[in-house]
Amino acid sequence: MRPFTYERATSAEAAVKAAAETPNAKFIAGGTNLLDLMKLEIEHPAHLIDVGRLPLAGIEDTPDGGLRIGSMATNSHVAADARVRARYPVLTHAIVAGGSGQLRNKATTGGNLLQRTRCAYFYDTTKPCNKRAPGSGCGALEGLNRNSAIFGASHACIATHPSDMAVALAVLDATVETLSPSGQARSFAVTDLHRLPGETPDVETHLIPGELITAIVLPPAPAPSEEGGGQVYRKVRDRASYAAGLVSVAVVGGKVAFGAVAHKPWRAAQAEAALASGASPAEAIAAELAQASNNGRNGFKISLISRLAPVVIKEARKAGRSA
Amino acid sequence: MSSVADWEAASNPVKENRAGNIGKAVDRYEGPLKVTGTAPYAFEVELPPSASGPPLYGVMVSAAIASGRIAAIETAQAEASPGVRLVWTHLNVPEQGPRPERYDFFTPSPRPALQSDRVYFFGQQVAVVVADTFENANAAAAMVKVTYEADAPMADFHAVRDQGVQPPGEQDTEIGDFAAAFAAAPVTIDDVWRTPLQNHCQMEPCATTAWWDGDKLTVNTSVQMVRFAQNSLAETLMIPSKSVRLLTRYIGGGFGGKGSFYEDLVLASLAARELGQPVKVAFSRQQMMHGTVHRPATEQRVRLGATPDGKLTAMSIMTVTHCDSRGNFTEHASNFARSLYAAPNRLTGHRLVRMDLPVASAMRAPGEASGTLSLEVAMDELAEKLGIDPMELRILNEPETDPETGKPFSIRQLVRCMREGAQIFGWDRRTPKIGAVKNGRWTIGLGMAAAIRGNMLLPAKCSFTVDAEGVITVKQGMTDIGTGTYTVLAQIAAETLGVPLGDVRVEIGDSELPPAPGSGGQFGAATAGSAALDAGMNLRKAIAEIAVADPASPLYGGPSQDITFQDGVIAIANRSERLADLIRRNRPEGLVAEGEIRPAADARNWSQHTYGAHFVEVAVDTVTGEVRTRRMLGVFAAGRILNWKTARSQLTGGMIWGVGSALTEGNAVDPRHGSLINQDLAGYLVPVQADIGELDAIMLDEVDDKANPMGIKGVGELGISGAGAAVANAIYNACGVRVRDYPITPDKLLAALEAKGL
Ligand SMILES: Cc1cc2nc3c(=O)[nH]c(=O)nc-3n(C[C@H](O)[C@H](O)[C@H](O)COP(=O)(O)OP(=O)(O)OC[C@H]3O[C@@H](n4cnc5c(N)ncnc54)[C@H](O)[C@@H]3O)c2cc1C
Ligand code: SF4
Repeated sequence: MRPFTYERATSAEAAVKAAAETPNAKFIAGGTNLLDLMKLEIEHPAHLIDVGRLPLAGIEDTPDGGLRIGSMATNSHVAADARVRARYPVLTHAIVAGGSGQLRNKATTGGNLLQRTRCAYFYDTTKPCNKRAPGSGCGALEGLNRNSAIFGASHACIATHPSDMAVALAVLDATVETLSPSGQARSFAVTDLHRLPGETPDVETHLIPGELITAIVLPPAPAPSEEGGGQVYRKVRDRASYAAGLVSVAVVGGKVAFGAVAHKPWRAAQAEAALASGASPAEAIAAELAQASNNGRNGFKISLISRLAPVVIKEARKAGRSA
Repeated sequence: MSSVADWEAASNPVKENRAGNIGKAVDRYEGPLKVTGTAPYAFEVELPPSASGPPLYGVMVSAAIASGRIAAIETAQAEASPGVRLVWTHLNVPEQGPRPERYDFFTPSPRPALQSDRVYFFGQQVAVVVADTFENANAAAAMVKVTYEADAPMADFHAVRDQGVQPPGEQDTEIGDFAAAFAAAPVTIDDVWRTPLQNHCQMEPCATTAWWDGDKLTVNTSVQMVRFAQNSLAETLMIPSKSVRLLTRYIGGGFGGKGSFYEDLVLASLAARELGQPVKVAFSRQQMMHGTVHRPATEQRVRLGATPDGKLTAMSIMTVTHCDSRGNFTEHASNFARSLYAAPNRLTGHRLVRMDLPVASAMRAPGEASGTLSLEVAMDELAEKLGIDPMELRILNEPETDPETGKPFSIRQLVRCMREGAQIFGWDRRTPKIGAVKNGRWTIGLGMAAAIRGNMLLPAKCSFTVDAEGVITVKQGMTDIGTGTYTVLAQIAAETLGVPLGDVRVEIGDSELPPAPGSGGQFGAATAGSAALDAGMNLRKAIAEIAVADPASPLYGGPSQDITFQDGVIAIANRSERLADLIRRNRPEGLVAEGEIRPAADARNWSQHTYGAHFVEVAVDTVTGEVRTRRMLGVFAAGRILNWKTARSQLTGGMIWGVGSALTEGNAVDPRHGSLINQDLAGYLVPVQADIGELDAIMLDEVDDKANPMGIKGVGELGISGAGAAVANAIYNACGVRVRDYPITPDKLLAALEAKGL
């Protein structure tokens, strides 16, 4: 770990101003990801702007019946919120499938979205990695890449985004609200937050450098009905708790998203279109998997999704009916 | 030298257990200290005033290649970094004793650090930076720039396994004519199992705090073997052993990985001498994975031949394994099979490949932990082929005497373990029909396996002191690696001297105390405890002599052999006085007695082991390939149990290790780099609470009079033996597929299911 300077931001505006003015600055929220990366010499910020105590931790109802979740709301807080549990159970289930109780108590909504990949070669600074050291090559490409991407990977990077929460937000059509370095607020779909790796896997999101996530907005929850609206999150992992996903599947009615399969939470647009036009769950998932690629040792993820996702879709339908 | 017969004949307070201290579920003495963070570990010990100044901090730099040499190493930037006091590489490290040709477990020898420009394995330490703070040392360590000339490492075990050779000094053992019997057998099994590299993952990484007082070095470190480490360190530093005081009072797990010691101890000692100030050096978690030792991978071929009615006629297990390029450690995965089942024709042995991988060494139940993962599954496969219950198949092949040596068993209650376990677990509810029981998305399966692990006794000494308060102090250069040594020694002392448990103090983990070999090979309690019992007996004798010779004592003139010791009171018939009063009058400064244990001359005339049987219920999600254990029962026969609670914890802990070895644990080696891909506890998956459902261990009443004067045996490693195989067998019972490449992760199970069209 290298020496760095530190300040505690007093307002969102002050935070983005500091980020714009200080070279090589980074926000720190719960610190559960960033500090590890600093200790392992993967990230070297010269300055940390602590946004953890900004008054952005609230969860409030929006006029249209949705919810606005402040970016500093902890994962534990969001998962336990009565409104989230009642209206967006897929989000609660996704969050509690992640990390451990201690981590979720510290991890924030903004930080969770921006957590970095768990690719083993990214973590090992003796190995090439285009994400950590652009241009050095991809250590995972020919390596032990069991947990790599089956959708949207490039030759430069086959890493996955590990967040569980983000998969639920993607399937719920959540919106991200930000404050840009110039002090402007903007908002966009959470599915537009992360990028595919392309030739620049080090650039992971569409955020402007120094842009602060201030909130996540959930649209009104779809009413459970005969057609669906039931919500299910299923994560497959090597051990029962405290393990990154091998794949995860989130379903809300006719909407489907996968986790741990791409550089971003993966909305299964082909599958959704197929379901909408009356395809069976298995056919719909097969349509999505037509674009999946096996990068070496991760081919099992394709079988896993083709076996699991139809089951989850049916479970969600059942949950919708019984609601 | 004593004989086993002497042990069998002689009674002693532990056997008599009048006060009931032996076997009792006594809480671990250091438990509250550990869970409240007040047990000072090696890195945290408070420095004495004599330690000349505040501590400095050393951080090591590890090699980034698996084989080759250091072409250049730039340290100027690190040296100029704030707070840095010293940077050492192979170019400027002080002279140390030379590394011997071969290391072995029990012979002390130098373990020099930073010896040359050669890199033998990924993660070998190549430099150390010492600075005024940990942060400064850490930052500067990242500035040391090493340029390598790398060779392509030989790191793909499965590609080079054919190059395995007979381990030095070993031979295959063959009884009868295995090849002919196997060829002639009507029913056979011939399969290959693979186990991966595994890591100890102790909670406490290796760490040392060292300081000098003139020529005298004091080190606080985390090792399992006090005297071995003290002597080896002295040889490394080229100073007399008596100049080194080694302390290791609280240890956060060892599991074999701290059987030796590493560069933290050597470099902290050298730097403290050089800088005239205390120095602390610790391994990071990532450095622990590569830079210490691991259990090597194995490939095991098991062949079984049987008659249709289930009698084994041929049995073979041949293991190929690997060690580092300069080592000779062999994971003896075939050895346990030599004593397990009867079969007239048998062949067992090992092949070893030296590879450009980190150093292989002992990890909890070395041999059994890997080996039972093959043979105990092969028995399940054979049972299925024969249409015999897997437990009954084992009982059918129960030997009368050691099947290889013909020696009598000291005691063998394997069948009883199986029968009692089957009854408690409800084994009769198992049906050989695959996937017969469903529960929601889960398919339930039951499996069982046998457990066996050898027993050992090593020489050890101990001293007991009684003071004027009647308090007994046990002193021994023994370690407690989290197993309960402090507590069981106190129980032995309390029982032997007839004092309340609260009146016993235990001092261990100090090289200035009477030597004991330490913790390892599940010999700790028997070895240390037997020496303690002897010291206690000698103290009883000394007390008795003083009492009968003291005119002021009510016991004066009495026959000293009739004295009883109970509740802090000594008595002959109805004449009695408090032990404290006698000592206060006669030996106000305290009375000391020494004791020792040596293996009996004829100990090897018996085949001596600990045994057990595992029963496991798993749930398999056949859609995803996920496996969860729901119920586990182990029944064990391991001699007299000293402490129900600590013994049970050791056994259940071992069983959980078995679950890890079956389902989650393994270091993946990237053969291009010779490095381990999962380097932290988020990547190396040990089971967590949620992975373990109901779990119980039962210990049968047993006394093994041929083991030692107390009739106790070890339990620290037994629990893991066979546990993983029982899990694998249960998986098969649930879903009908065998994955012979451990760990059985969802991707592998899924591939096996799909291959069967499931
Ligand atoms: C052992 C382990 C296991 C884990 N397992 C899982 C798992 O199974 N599933 C899962 O989903 N996650 C898992 N996690 C990840 C965990 O969820 C994340 O570490 C956590 O959510 C990050 O949140 P934080 O607030 O601590 O972020 P920080 O570490 O503080 O920040 C992370 C990044 O986000 C940036 N950032 C933070 N807040 C903002 C903001 N408001 N605006 C802009 N940028 C911001 C920071 O600059 C930094 O780059 C695991 C983590 C660990 C250590
Ligand atoms: S997959 Fe991406 S993160 Fe992993 S090594 Fe390749 S470039 Fe780096």
